[in-house]
Amino acid sequence: MAGENSPKQERIDRYIDQNLKKVFSDLENDELPGEIVDLLSVLRAQDKELKEKK
Amino acid sequence: MSDLDPKDELVTHLPALRAFALSLTRNRATADDMMQDAVLKAWSNMDKFQPGTNMRAWLFTILRNNYYSSRRKLNREVADVDNVFSDTLSVKPDHDGRLQMMDFKVAFEQLADEHREALILVGASGFSYDDAAEMCGVATGTMKSRVNRARAKLTELLQLDDDQALELTDSATMAVVGSPNIPS
Repeated sequence: MAGENSPKQERIDRYIDQNLKKVFSDLENDELPGEIVDLLSVLRAQDKELKEKK
Repeated sequence: MSDLDPKDELVTHLPALRAFALSLTRNRATADDMMQDAVLKAWSNMDKFQPGTNMRAWLFTILRNNYYSSRRKLNREVADVDNVFSDTLSVKPDHDGRLQMMDFKVAFEQLADEHREALILVGASGFSYDDAAEMCGVATGTMKSRVNRARAKLTELLQLDDDQALELTDSATMAVVGSPNIPS
């Protein structure tokens, strides 16, 4: 492999990072599962109930 | 510092948290379980979150600690993997680009947990080496070494050290990520 800071190595690292960002961005765009959305609703409802009791 | 209520801010980090969970576990069911646990834990411990600090880092840390802790409890060295990366392959503008992206995802999926995690934190999520090291409970030098090893492994798997392969890969990458001006 080329030296750590060689232009070639920098190019390889940049290629890897660009692809990583694309992979991560694809995953971020995946729809949130219904269970999480439901969980958030329950947690918010619990908070509201607690606030009203105070 | 965010002006949002911390619980509202938490919600804004959920897509990234899920992406991290999927990257770490490589299994949708496990990722979703880990995410639910992390959200529940973060929500109920919100008073322990220090305003002005990085909430995304805090959430990622909770999730990864849960993940490794449950792996240890189950005494499982090998995770169940369900092609989470190839399943999320989105439509790309170019056939060669699509194939190259698939190659990249397949190679990425083969990395060891700690190497995949290091690359996602530093390469994809933009955390500093110091922050990523703190999140993983290791020294900064260890994190740098993990990132370097992960890149070296990907270089080997994708044969990026071959000049011709890198030329081809560059043009395919341009088609996929649309990033201009990679110097030759």
